[in-house]
Amino acid sequence: MPAGQPILELQEITKAFGGVEALRGVDFALSPGEIHGLVGENGAGKSTLMKIIAGVHADFSGRFILDGKETRFRSVRDAHAAGIAMVHQELSVAPDLSVAENVFLGNQPTNRLGFVQWRRMAREAGEQLKRFGIDVDPMSRLGDLPIGLQQLIEIARVLFSGARIIILDEPTSALSPPEVERLFATLKRLRDEGTSIVFISHFIEDILRVSDVVTVFRNGRKVAETRAAETSKPALIEAMIGKGREALEETYTHDIMLPPPAERPVVLNASSLSLARSLRDVSFDVRAGEVLGIYGFMGCGQLELARILFGKLRPDQGTLAVAGDQKTFRSTADARRAGIAFVPESRRDMLFHQEPVYKNISISVLDRISSLLLKPSREREIAMRQVDQLRIRPAAVELDLGMLSGGNQQKVALAKWLSYPPRLLVLCEPTRGMDVGAKDDVIHIVRDLRAKGLAVIVLSTEPETVLSLADRVIVLKRGAVVREFANERISKDRLLEAA
Amino acid sequence: MTTGDSATVAADRKRPHRLAAILRSQMRNIAPFLTLICLFSFFAVASPSFATLDNFGNILTQISVTGIIAVGLTFVILCAEIDLSIAAIANVTGIAVAYFTLQESYVNIANVPMPGWAAILLALALCALLGLVNAFGLTVIGIPSFIMTLAMMQIAAGISALLVRGQIAYKVPPLVTTLGSTSIGGIPWIVIVAALMLLGGHLVLTYTRFGRYVYMVGGNREAAEYSGLNVKLILGSVMVISAVCAGIGGMLGVAHFGSAQQNEFDTYLLDSIAAVVVGGTSLFGGRGGIGNTIVGLFVLGVLNNGLDHVNIDSFLKILIRGLILLAALIINVYAQRLRERTAE
Ligand SMILES: Nc1ncnc2c1ncn2[C@@H]1O[C@H](COP(=O)(O)OP(=O)(O)OP(=O)(O)O)[C@@H](O)[C@H]1O
Ligand SMILES: [Mg+2]
Repeated sequence: MPAGQPILELQEITKAFGGVEALRGVDFALSPGEIHGLVGENGAGKSTLMKIIAGVHADFSGRFILDGKETRFRSVRDAHAAGIAMVHQELSVAPDLSVAENVFLGNQPTNRLGFVQWRRMAREAGEQLKRFGIDVDPMSRLGDLPIGLQQLIEIARVLFSGARIIILDEPTSALSPPEVERLFATLKRLRDEGTSIVFISHFIEDILRVSDVVTVFRNGRKVAETRAAETSKPALIEAMIGKGREALEETYTHDIMLPPPAERPVVLNASSLSLARSLRDVSFDVRAGEVLGIYGFMGCGQLELARILFGKLRPDQGTLAVAGDQKTFRSTADARRAGIAFVPESRRDMLFHQEPVYKNISISVLDRISSLLLKPSREREIAMRQVDQLRIRPAAVELDLGMLSGGNQQKVALAKWLSYPPRLLVLCEPTRGMDVGAKDDVIHIVRDLRAKGLAVIVLSTEPETVLSLADRVIVLKRGAVVREFANERISKDRLLEAA
Repeated sequence: MTTGDSATVAADRKRPHRLAAILRSQMRNIAPFLTLICLFSFFAVASPSFATLDNFGNILTQISVTGIIAVGLTFVILCAEIDLSIAAIANVTGIAVAYFTLQESYVNIANVPMPGWAAILLALALCALLGLVNAFGLTVIGIPSFIMTLAMMQIAAGISALLVRGQIAYKVPPLVTTLGSTSIGGIPWIVIVAALMLLGGHLVLTYTRFGRYVYMVGGNREAAEYSGLNVKLILGSVMVISAVCAGIGGMLGVAHFGSAQQNEFDTYLLDSIAAVVVGGTSLFGGRGGIGNTIVGLFVLGVLNNGLDHVNIDSFLKILIRGLILLAALIINVYAQRLRERTAE
């Protein structure tokens, strides 16, 4: 790696949002042709620093030096012009535009009269995506594609935008292992061509594998910066969240043993569920006090399956029975009444960004705590308890949800169902975007719920998530159940093999 | 650089920042209020007859019918929907209540006289029914509210036309006459009714579970659905509430104007929408409320009334009115942006 002058240097960056200090005197340097890994707890300030670099936050104090000259971006456009592009943690695609338009967002090819050249745009977008291993009709509406594919397209757009500084804020959270591999190969190629890349992730192994340099954030400060080759996972975790918890997060390379099935009543029985092209003849049941993991690559039909369980989609065929009673859910309200709770994989779909945290948490229990009139003090009390239990930071229930960091928002999405535990909890990607400490918290919460006799279904494209939580695992592939693991040995490799 | 330095730097910046953040997040509520104060001061200076107690009473009376209609519309807009049929429903309800009342012999309408209470109940049932049709189209069939209520506007106008057939009716039940055109202790009943309805709307939106659901559905419909709310039921309810408020406004309006005829309420559609939006309720839903609508009503009332007190070409007034409304709307959109930026 050239150890010469950094391409970008930030000095003593301080940024506060109202009363919340997100960054306190942070120094950060990025060299040409380097992949710079960024790790830190939820709310540590990673996204905030990157948004400063990408021109999203123009209001901060400190020095911003690009190519040796002090500058200041006033907008995202300025950053673009300087060759800086970012993939945001929250998907920032335009769902109503076509895939091709999204790929070219902001600089569509036009002819001399200024008309968009549709055919050329579609062709070039298709070629670009194919180079990245994405096979999709460039004219389809982006919002109709699964969220993982949308994320891939967004990543591809930024990678091929020709930027010389590329920032990826948790880009892999919705990707399947082969896609992650492809992404890493592309990142390394771009690095070798001289591009500088910042890569944020809560998957420490990924960070260690792909980056040259790793920086650790904690509580708005930079606490460590080392070469990736000279550090280790426990050392990084210790720097992130302190001593004593460095053993967190199993890697599941060795076999673990699934417990024998318990003789408890069946809470939910799904039989022969089919849905258009997404699901074929899926049957399973979940018992009280059991966690069922449903694993599969992106696009395997998980998302649709979860939505059927919560009454958001209706199956073409097949039936659901809750505690032995046949049910037809005509709305999500029906499903909730039957005792089912649901957390979708995308928090944008689950949360009210302009409302305070406590209203986000109390929304799903309002009908239990009040018949006609609201009881705000009771709502706050319930919210406060969940905030404590899940260690949501900052611990202020009056704050608008949009002011929380991504990982903390995810915790709120879970918190809203926990104040009055349902009979069956359906969790899609429950730990996506959470730091190692928070993941551990979620694991304990789910185990607690299981001990209380709840049935839980965990759907994930991350093998670790499923392995850390499930007592029994079924694997979905192209909409069908291809394998069930119960009362036997299982590991990450076996799981991947089955998918 | 020591960390101590950065902490003090941040502490110094904290206080003005917090104030600025509060101001910015309250922009939606502050801006319309400032507009109102500016307009009021301007007319008070420009015309000696404007800032009098008498004229204040006039303004209150002038905004009452709009106010009653706007209560329901506030619910609809908070849910990020729109109701274009309110004026037509007000009209048809006003006509219906006259249709079921015995008219003077010179009125040439084949009407069906009934006792006053029955006429009122039938008229209310009619507007509720039209609201239900709106609700059905929006939630069960899935027609966007803009289109559905546009159709309803025509349907209601059609029913009106069939009932009066180009004639004018004058008589309405005594209760409606009292509430619409008489005063108690110097305060017109219609102002009292409008105030009570606005208060009621405010209480429902702020203190009831249903009110919270309205805000949540407007704030993020998908999230409301994933929280297990019955979104369709809530949307359907606000359409019915809107139609009933419009109906009440229509009945009292007919008594207030002293006649029931076709197209009598046409201007009330835009006025009600303007009152809600100028007051700062977001057309994208989830933000605002009756408080905003009240400020919006006063902005409109002061503007309409004030322009009559100053000496300008009456044709120019229409243009000026439009420009001022545009300015208020720009402020509204701008306030929305500021807020989004703070919540980024
Ligand atoms: N727009 C905002 N308004 C107010 N506070 C904010 C805003 N954005 C971020 N913050 C606060 O700044 C702090 C840092 O947030 P940031 O998003 O940078 O964390 P992060 O390291 O990216 O965390 P995560 O891993 O959860 O994404 C958090 O305490 C957060 O609540
Ligand atoms: Mg982040």
